[in-house]
Formats: sequence, structure tokens, C-alpha cells
Amino acid sequence: MPQTDAHLSAFASLRRDLAGAEGAGGHGLDPELPLITTTVEKIVQWARRSAIWPVQFGLACCAIEMMATVASRYDLARFGAEVFRGSPRQSDLMIVAGRLSRKMAPAMRRVYDQMPEPKWVISMGACASIGGVFDNYAIVQGVDQVVPVDVYVPGCPPRPESLIYGIVQLQQKIARSRA
Amino acid sequence: MAELRTETMTVNMGPQHPSTHGVLRLVLELDGEVIRSLRPTIGYLHTGIEKTAEQKKWQQVVPLVERMDYLGAQSNSLAYALSVEKLLGLEMPQRVRDIRVLIAELQRIASHLIWLGTHALEIGAVSMLFYAIRERELIMNINELVAGFRFFPSYFRIGGLREDLPRGFHEAVNAFLDRFPAKIDEFEGLLSKNDIFMRRTQGVGVVSADAALAWGLVGPIARASGVDYDVRKYFPYSGYETYDFEVPTEREGDVYARYRVRMRELRESVTICRQAITRIPSTGAWACDDPRVVPPPKDKVYTEMEALIQHFLIYSQGFTVPAGDAYVPVEGPRGEHGVYVVSDGTNRPWRIKMRAPSLLAIQALPTLVDAGLIADVVAVIGSTDVVMGDCDR
Repeated sequence: MPQTDAHLSAFASLRRDLAGAEGAGGHGLDPELPLITTTVEKIVQWARRSAIWPVQFGLACCAIEMMATVASRYDLARFGAEVFRGSPRQSDLMIVAGRLSRKMAPAMRRVYDQMPEPKWVISMGACASIGGVFDNYAIVQGVDQVVPVDVYVPGCPPRPESLIYGIVQLQQKIARSRA
Repeated sequence: MAELRTETMTVNMGPQHPSTHGVLRLVLELDGEVIRSLRPTIGYLHTGIEKTAEQKKWQQVVPLVERMDYLGAQSNSLAYALSVEKLLGLEMPQRVRDIRVLIAELQRIASHLIWLGTHALEIGAVSMLFYAIRERELIMNINELVAGFRFFPSYFRIGGLREDLPRGFHEAVNAFLDRFPAKIDEFEGLLSKNDIFMRRTQGVGVVSADAALAWGLVGPIARASGVDYDVRKYFPYSGYETYDFEVPTEREGDVYARYRVRMRELRESVTICRQAITRIPSTGAWACDDPRVVPPPKDKVYTEMEALIQHFLIYSQGFTVPAGDAYVPVEGPRGEHGVYVVSDGTNRPWRIKMRAPSLLAIQALPTLVDAGLIADVVAVIGSTDVVMGDCDR
């Protein structure tokens, strides 16, 4: 049961986040009561979007900016998405960071297939999104030819702020979608 | 009793693996913990940059070469600019040469910081990544100051620099140089006498001086084996002969020696940067005055017909480079990094070819690992500081 002021404020924000269609403290409940009414779907999507575990899938230059996003200055942990996993089987987000060559495409599809559902993909950078400056024989012109992409982050490479914005966009998308 | 049947196990490491520095793939044949053979498979990041460059105008190739060795981006563009300038017969003003030296050394520091962070992370010192990237962000700030871009500033152009130094550049660089040596002490305090780090790195991945030269591993790897070859000393470019610095070498040739060499290189780079920043006046030339390559100043473009035509030609058709070929090596963060350019006298390169230190380091990996333990593979890959973008291009 909430006790301190910090607890109360966290509780109020959680109640706002999870409020059902009838609004916070629905069903005519007193808003001061330590109760939350919500739907299973909302609480499941809230849990999913609050702790996204990305797979370590750095391909090229963008991977360095992805590392910078996780590290000291930009600290992706503030958005709950900093637990980078080496194994796709423990992850639910693939950040495709860098140019995808034709030789790498089957390996990438395999990593994607190994991720458990539900899973999301962020295409980071110009190369991953549309091929970037490399309109040639070697580079797949957009990773959406290989895997379904949820969020495209532009830039060459994108600034860490851009990637964080992309992750926040993905979180909002998860919150909107049905479980 | 029947003979116990044993067989080796083949393990595939990569291309998606957290500690292969990108998309390197290794096929390991294991006898228990011992490596019987190691076969690198490359090409998972082949981007066709050299071929794409043949369709671009000379100046447009600068951003492409920066995306090859993406950690040493401005060493690539420096090598490319120097090669083309050699074909054009351009001489840079002293201020441009000093700024180039300064930026190239800052780039070396940034690259070594990424190496330090990831290499230590893979050996188990996770917090090093956060300390190293904290300092690297300051160099990213300086990049952003000079060119508006953190990662690939494309600040070196054929014929000089993109534009003049911004206000506050000297203060930003001096603030970084004042702060950084104490941070190197902090890094070394965390790692140099760290028992786990020493046991993971000493006597691991040993390569002799002769073998390093035979495999073409010139750069930090050869210097860790006692070869004092450094392009900045042997074939000085951009005025390095006027700078006072040392080439750090070690004798052991193991992973720990490569760590020591790179840490000392960080200090030498700070020394060079200090000399360079005092030599650079706050105003002056930022490009040569060759009208073939460098567009006329804007006030002339708006008032003189010839200047307008020249400006239009440079930006629409580019410039032509006399037929011939040139190779200028520079000392990149990973070793001798050179660009071989061939021109057929038109406004586009006929061929460019990189000498990629990462490719040579990867082909020497079987020698470096040679009957080591499986846990050593990660330490050895980290110590070679390979960048797959440099290797596969």
C-alpha cells in the first residue's frame, strides 16, 4: 500500500498510465483509494513497452552510435531499453544498426526468426532504411525487404537523441497496439 | 578395453556475435578448450564503396571513404585528400596542415577510446566502456563544432578544409587536452595492474616482430612486437616531421603489449595536439588558393562573372584530375592506412583502392591465436582492433 509522498506520486502516475476507458479510478471509486482499474491488455502492453530488451545487432557505423546511446552520456536505461542481449532468444527488439549486405541478409533473417514473439524492429540509419548512399550491387536497399520494420530512424548515422526518439515512438506504438 | 574415440568439434562464431566487432565470422575447430584451427570468413559487410566511388565526382568520394573505417573516419579522408592532392600537385598552407594534424590526432584518440572500451568490456571490465565513451563524447562535441556532424564530419576536403574553424574551437580543444591526461591515468589505474586483466592478456596472442612484418601488421600490432615503424616518422605527411613526439614500442608482442602501446599512443597524441593547437592561428587560410579546386569567395561570386562561372563549374561538373596514379599512406589508428587513386584525366576517379589494416589483421588471426584457448580468441580479436567496415569495404 502506498505510504510516502514518492510512493503516492508514482502510484498516481501508474494509475494514469494504466487507466481504462472509464479513466483513473473508474467504476465510481474514490481517486484517493489505493486501487487501479485497468484491462489485462493494457497492463500487458505497459509491461512490454517499459522493459524492451534489444538484441545486439550492430552491423556498421550506426552500431557505434548505438553503443553511445547506451553508454554514459545518453543512458538509454532512462527509457528502460538498455539490456542489450547477445542472444536473440532473450530479446524482443532488433535495432538494425548499419548497412545490410546481401551476404549478411540471410543471417539477419535467421536472427529475427530466432527472436520470440512479440518482437519489433527498428531500422537505424539511412542504409538500413533505404540503402543510404550505397545504391549498388552489394547493399540491400532497405531491411524492410527482409524483415518487417516498425520504426525507421533517419540519419547517417542518426544521433543518439534520434535513436532514443525512435525507441520512444516504438513504446507509444506498443501502447496503442492490442496484446 | 576399447580405444576411446575422440573427435574435434567445429564451432561457428559470428557473424552475429557480441564480441566480433561487427560481422566477422570465425569457424573454429576445437579440441576441448584448445583451438586446433581458426578460419576467418569475411565479406559480411561488403559495401562496394570502391566501386561506388568510381561513379562519384572527386570531392563526393570524401564521405564515402569516411564510411569505410568508420572509427578512423578522418584518417581515411586525410589519406584520400593527400593522394588526390598529390596528383593535382597542390601544396597546402601551413595552417591547413596543422589543423589536419590536430584533427587526425583527435580522431586517433576517439578511435582508441572505442577500442579501449570494447576490448576491456569483452575481457570483463564492463565499466571501462562507460568511462571511455564519456571522454569520446567530448571529441564528438569538437567534431560537431567544426562541421555540424558528430561522427563523419567530412571536414577534410581535396584542396583544404570544408570551412574555417568556428569560434570557440581553441577553447574546446584546450579544455579537452587539459582534462584528458588525468583520464588516461584513471584508465591505466583501472586496468594496467588489474590481476584479471593481466592474466587474460599477458602471454596471449603472441606474434614475433618478423611474423608481424611478414603478415603486414604494421601499426600498433607490430609496434607491440618491437618494430618501430610509424608512417608519421618514416614517410612524414602534412608536416609531421616538425612535431616532437615518440613512437611507443613494446617487446612482448602479446595482447597486453598492444594495450600498453595504444595507451602510450593516447599520451603521444595529446602531446601532438598540444603542439598543433599552439601553432594554429585563430584566423588564416583554410584552403589552398588553387582556382581549379577551391571555389572563389562568395563576395566575388556575386560581383564577378568569371568567379560565378568558376563557382558553377566546380559545383556542377566538379574538377578534373590529371591522368596518373598516386598512393599516400597515413598512420591511421589501426596502422598504415593508404589510398591508391588512379585517374584517367576526367572528373571522376577511375579506381580507388584502400590499404586496409583490418583486412591484414584478420588474415593474421590464425597465426595470432595459434593453439590458444577458446577464451583467448575474444581477447585477441579485441587487441587487433579490427573494424569490419575497413576490412570488407
